[in-house]
Parts: sequence; C-alpha cells; structure tokens
Amino acid sequence: MRGIIGYGTYVPYYRLDRSKITAAMGAGGGRGHRAVAGYDEDTTTMGVEAARNALRGSTVTPSSIWFATANPAYLDKTNATAIQAALDLPQDTWAVDAGGSARSAEAALLGAKGTPGISMAVVSDLRTGNPTSNDESNGGDGAAAVIFGDDQDAPVLAHTLGFAASTGEFLDRYRLPGDTSSRIWEERFGEQAYLALAEDAIERATKSANIGMEDIDKVVIAGLHARAVRGLSKIAGDKLVDDLTGRIGNPGAAQLPVLVASVLDQAEPGETILCVHLADGAYANVMRTTDAIADYTPFATVESQIAAGSDNLEYNLYLTWRGFLDREPPRRPDPDRPGAPPTFRSEDWKYAFVGSRDRSSGAIHLPPMRVSMDGGAVDEMERIRMADVPATITTFTVDYLAFSLSPPTVAVVIDFDGGGRFQAEMTDVDPNEVKIGDRVEMTFRRLFTAQGIHNYFWKARALAD
Amino acid sequence: MASHGIKDQVAIVGMGCTPFGEHWDKGADDMLIDAAHEAYASAGVTQDDVDAFWLGTMGSGVSGLTLSKPLQIDYKPVSRVENMCATGSEAFRNACYAVASGAYDVVMAIGVEKLKDSGYSGLTGSRPPSDGTDSSLTAPATFSLLAPAYAHKHGLDEETMKEVLTRIAWKNHKNGALNPRAQFRKEVAKETIAASPLVAGPLGIFDCSGVSDGSAAAVIVRAEDAHRYTDKPLYVKALSFSSGPATGALDPSYDYTTFREVRTSAEEAYKQAGISDPRSQIAMAEVHDCFTPTELVLMEDLGFAEEGTAWKEALNGTFDLDGDLPVNPDGGLKSFGHPIGASGLRMLFECWLQLRGEAPPERQIDSDRTLGLTHNLGGQPGACVSFVAVVGSEVG
Repeated sequence: MRGIIGYGTYVPYYRLDRSKITAAMGAGGGRGHRAVAGYDEDTTTMGVEAARNALRGSTVTPSSIWFATANPAYLDKTNATAIQAALDLPQDTWAVDAGGSARSAEAALLGAKGTPGISMAVVSDLRTGNPTSNDESNGGDGAAAVIFGDDQDAPVLAHTLGFAASTGEFLDRYRLPGDTSSRIWEERFGEQAYLALAEDAIERATKSANIGMEDIDKVVIAGLHARAVRGLSKIAGDKLVDDLTGRIGNPGAAQLPVLVASVLDQAEPGETILCVHLADGAYANVMRTTDAIADYTPFATVESQIAAGSDNLEYNLYLTWRGFLDREPPRRPDPDRPGAPPTFRSEDWKYAFVGSRDRSSGAIHLPPMRVSMDGGAVDEMERIRMADVPATITTFTVDYLAFSLSPPTVAVVIDFDGGGRFQAEMTDVDPNEVKIGDRVEMTFRRLFTAQGIHNYFWKARALAD
Repeated sequence: MASHGIKDQVAIVGMGCTPFGEHWDKGADDMLIDAAHEAYASAGVTQDDVDAFWLGTMGSGVSGLTLSKPLQIDYKPVSRVENMCATGSEAFRNACYAVASGAYDVVMAIGVEKLKDSGYSGLTGSRPPSDGTDSSLTAPATFSLLAPAYAHKHGLDEETMKEVLTRIAWKNHKNGALNPRAQFRKEVAKETIAASPLVAGPLGIFDCSGVSDGSAAAVIVRAEDAHRYTDKPLYVKALSFSSGPATGALDPSYDYTTFREVRTSAEEAYKQAGISDPRSQIAMAEVHDCFTPTELVLMEDLGFAEEGTAWKEALNGTFDLDGDLPVNPDGGLKSFGHPIGASGLRMLFECWLQLRGEAPPERQIDSDRTLGLTHNLGGQPGACVSFVAVVGSEVG
C-alpha cells in the first residue's frame, strides 16, 4: 500500500491583525489575523522549514522532491534545488519545481505520490495583494510538506480510496509575471463555474472510492475563491474542517496540504476524509487514515505553530516587508551579491549548515575549516550537520546601523549543545527581549537579495517550547 | 627561530600630521603632500634625500603610484601597505625594518585615508566575492559585544558599565579639545555622551570614533645617524604585530573580554623594549579607542591595569591627562576620527610631540618617564590584528 508516511507544516511567526489594515487605510482589513512571512522569508525558505519539520518527525530520506508554489523565488532556475541542498539530501535526489499557479500544488502532491520510492511534495506560498484588497487581508503565508511511500518504507498514515479531478478554462483570477497583485473577476462568475466542476469531481471521486457522502467523516475544502468555497461547503455540513482563514489566512497553493496536515494532526485511525481543492477546476481526493496514525507524532502541529506566533506585527512593517513601502535606506553600501563559484564551493555550509569536526580533538568549526583551531591538524576533519542542533545564547548585540530590510539587526553568539560556536543573526525576535542564556535553533532564511541573487543562509530563532 | 626586535637601531627624526576632519576641499593627494612636506621640513631633508617610502592606505589608492604620482617621486621604491585598521602602523613597522637591515639610509612611512568621499556612515570596504555567509555586522556591533561580556565577568551592573564607557569618551574628548589637529575640538558633557542615540548594543554615537580624513608621516634613519637631523630623535624600542587565527567566533573558550592578539603583541613589545612593568615605566600611551569598550579592555590587555580593574582605574582618572598613565593625550580616535592608513602614524606623532616636550603647554605631560606606546588594532574581537610600538627619547 502506498500513501502518506509523514508530513510537516510551516506557519511563519508573524500575524497581521486585519483591523490594522482598516485602521490605517480606512478600508480593507476585517476581523482576525493572517500569517505573514518574515522579511527574510520566501516560498523556498518556508518550504525548507516545512520539509525539515516533516523529516524531523520521520526516519526516512526522500529520493525526490516535488516543489510547488504560485510565488517562486526564482524563475528559469529550479527552486527545489535549494530545498534539496538545505535538507542535506544527496546528489541522487531528484528535485523539481511545479509552479506559477495555486493548482500546481496538485501536481506536486500527485507527482510525489506517483513517483516510485520515497517522494516528498513541498508546497509553499506567499500571498500578496494591493493594500485594502481581499487578497491582502485574506491571504496567508505558509508551507506544507507531505512524504509519500510504501509500507516497507514506513507505516502508511493515510492512503487514497478514490480520486477524480476536473478542469475549466476561465478567468477568475490571474496575474502577470512580476506583478505583486492578482486581478479578480466578479466573484459570482467564478462561483458558478467552480460549483459545477466540483460537483462533477466529487461525484466521480466518491464513486471510485465506492462510498457515499454519508461515509465521509471530514471534509476539507481549499481554494482561493472564497465565495465558491463557501458555496461548496454546504455539502459538508458539520463535517467541514476549519479552513484556518480566520487565524492565518489562506496560504494559496499551500492551503490544501496545510489543511490536510491539520486534519491528520488530530485524526483517529479509520477516518475517511474528502479533500477538495478549487483551482482552475476541482480536485477531489478521498483518503482514509490507518491504524498507524495513532502512533505518529508530528514534529510541530499546525495548531502549535499558530499558537506560537506573534500578533504584534504593525501594518507599516508588513507593507515594507512586501515591497509596498520603500524606506529611506541607511547611509551604508548595498550588500554585495554572493558569487556563484564561492557559493558552489560552500554548498554544504551555506545551504545545509554543515561544519567540520576535528577527528582527533573533536573541535567543531563553524564555518568548516581544513586546519583545526585545536591542535592544527590539517585535513583531519569530518562533516557535521548542525542545522537541527539546539544552542544557547552566550552573548548578543543589536546593530542599528547594519543593512537590513527590517532594522535593527540582532546578532547572537551561540554555543551549540555538544560543542560548536557560531555568531548568527537572530530572527523572529523582539530586540528588547533577547537574553543571555536563551535557547535557540537554526532556521533557513533569505538574508537579502542583491543583483537578482537571493542570499540564502541560516539564522537563529527562539527554540520552540 | 626567534623574534629579536630592533631596539635602538632606528630613530624617527621628523614627523608631519595634517589636521584630521571632513576635508571637503582636500583629496588624498593633497593630504599626502601636506603630511610628507611637513615631515621633510621637520627632519630638515628634501624629498631627494629619502631613499624609499612605505605608504599605508586601506582604500584611498592601490600601489606605490598612489604616493609617487602626487609627490612626483623620481623612480624610487614605494611600497603600498595594508593591514586593516593597523595599516598606518604597518607602514611604519616595515619602513623601520628596511633601515635596520641596512638597505636604506633614510626612509619615509606615510599613511592616508580619504573617508569622507564615500557618502556613507562608518567605515566601508570592498571584499572579494564570497558565498554570502560572512557576518554583515558593522564594526560598532562587533565591538559592542565587549561591553556586556566585560560587565558580566567582572560583576558591573548596566549603570556602572555605562558610566565607565561614558567617562572614557568624556576623557578623550576633553583631551581632544586641547588639540588643534583633532576633528572634534570640544569637550562633551557626560550627560550628552550617555544620552546619545544608540548605534549598537549599549553603544551610543559618542561611544564611537568619528569618520574623518587625514594623513601623517615619519622620516626614519639609523639611530647612529639620528643626531645629524635632530637633537631630539625618537628611538624605536619595540615593534610587534600579531595576526590571530580568527577563531573567537568559533571557539567557546573565548569570552569577549580580551583581545588575545593584543596580549601577545604587548608581551612581545615589552620583551623587545625590556619593559617589565608598563604601568610604571611608560610615560603615555596612544591606543586604538575605536569604541569606548575597546579602550577599557585594552587597558588590561596592555598591562596598564590588573584584569577586572580597568573600569575602576578609568573611573578614578588613572588614564587622564594628569593621571598616573595618560592614555590618548591627543584625544585618540574619539577626537580624531579614524582615517585608517593615517591613524597609526598620528599616534606616533603625539609621542613625537610629548616625549620631545613639544606638545602645547596645556596638554604637555609632565613626566620623568621617557617611553611612549602606540597600539593599533584591526578587525574585531575574536578576529583581529594588533600592533604595538614602544618609542623613547633616550637610548638604552
């Protein structure tokens, strides 16, 4: 039997209270919160975090990565390669993008499911919209990773009973490459198109599963067309799963796998779940959890990540982070772009946070060095990945002058459990609340973008409880 | 293998130092011409008498042409030297060795930096292409790590630490107020210093050295020839340089309360000069007060105060102009700014004035000691280069 053998999600730290939009603009906004990617995050870094959470809750190593997003960090160049590198996966991993649309999530999920071996779908999205638009307030940022495999790889947690999809060519939303906002057609137009496509797909999916609606325990409905989702939810009644829009917004392409994960976080063995995705057609997947779900503990549940966030993000900062407001830069030179050859040479360090450990003295070097700082042995090093090792702040400072998209920069000197020291930038942090002795973990981030090159590297953040 | 030093083998016989400041009307060329010709006149030589040149600059030019073109030097050797913020000292060190080796009779060490043309705050520099993982912290942020670490180790509360740092800035501005060559020539009230806007960690703007343009130069000859040029030469007693393995940020045993490079370079310099107790033997010191906690930590690393006591000594005035061991009597980087290539030679210029009794009376140090020390630092805590020189007005 093939199915889901692991999963992980990533909900970024920041929340925007929608009433702050209304307060600032006199329009837009609404009630509740949306999740907001930090100024140093993009769909690739959020994908890495979701995939790390999936792998930290599992013992398997995927041999392929299917990455999907409607908001790719790079075009032309594959983004899944950075995820493969950040996860320290071997060269024989096949990492590939599906991208551009919310629907590409389906390609990643079905592609991973259908690729032999252990395959991981990583779906990530970062939703922007014009100030006061529905997309701005109802969008959300986040990512999810789903690992597919067979029973011999790891216990299957859930498997598909029946699946069907439909496709329609119509303009309900569209965006030209490079634009920061989508254009939306009149909502009632999209609603009628989606409802017909969804009814068709759901009927065929349940039929192929050989069940009726009455056999279904839970219904997940994802999709960016809020009115169509609302309209379709009538078929679910009290089986409808909370779509989290009130608390984190709608993370676009990532909404379907994030909601599936939120269901699996709480699922019992033998539950039948209908998962529907409305995006340029409809996708309907009927799946059933196995006994193994009872023994599976996700590394971080969706609920725990929602609870751990900060509600204090100000709207002006949100607009700045998303490029809608340009602040006066500091009187400092722009950062240099990373060079491609030096980056290529240091892939293990830069992307996977792999240092070197002196085999004789045990001294850990971050960044890796060929000559040991303890004893001077030359080329007697072994690689040591520190990305998942917690650390403690030994000292810190706040830099009000350094170039940053969101000054000030908090810098910490951290000592890793079991040895190794590193001077890191700290992120997702209130500069006034850092203390010596605080516990931190590493997180994969985009430091800045210079001359079209995203500078990815690791930062420290508060260790989740 | 051993380091022998060149005690009393070479001497400074002339120096020049431009005013430091925002010289919108002068380029690096102009400042080099001014400093060089002031030094020639001071030594009573002409450019033709100088056999070789060492030019220190971090970013105001590359190659010997940076000096030979503006000065119209006729086909003589000019070495352009760079060693981060210790660049000026490094030019001096290499020039001294060239004379000591017998290769040349008369040489010049000259340093310059034109910082105010960049339009940026603080120091800037270009680095080779990298993988983008190097720290992007600014200099004040890296040095600010010293303050909480020192306070924590020696049991100072935040208020006391701030008081100590403030007093160091206050003292250096007080000295600078008496110096016509300084960039900032005003005393600054302690309240103003303590309330200045934060730049990094606990450091306010007044805890940081300024950004300025400037140039300084020295003429160096063999010690036995020195009296041909001046009755009061300054003999070089010690020159030391320490470049560390830069493992502070990797090594959990480093606690950010010391510069190992400074300790090793100081020990080496004292050995060369035959100094056993710097606190009682040195008349005055010019040290690298790029930020106030740097000067605090240097007092211990240079052996001017016992470990854990420099803060008390700073508060009770030991390092004041009229204290037991005046530190930065010219006002230091705090009052002069830090035109990188020039700073090390500017420090020697103050020794030149003080040890020869030629400082203006209002800041002339009254001491029967004959030794002066300069200390120049480049890099950051845990990863730096450090230079120490000892010069003296008497042989032996």
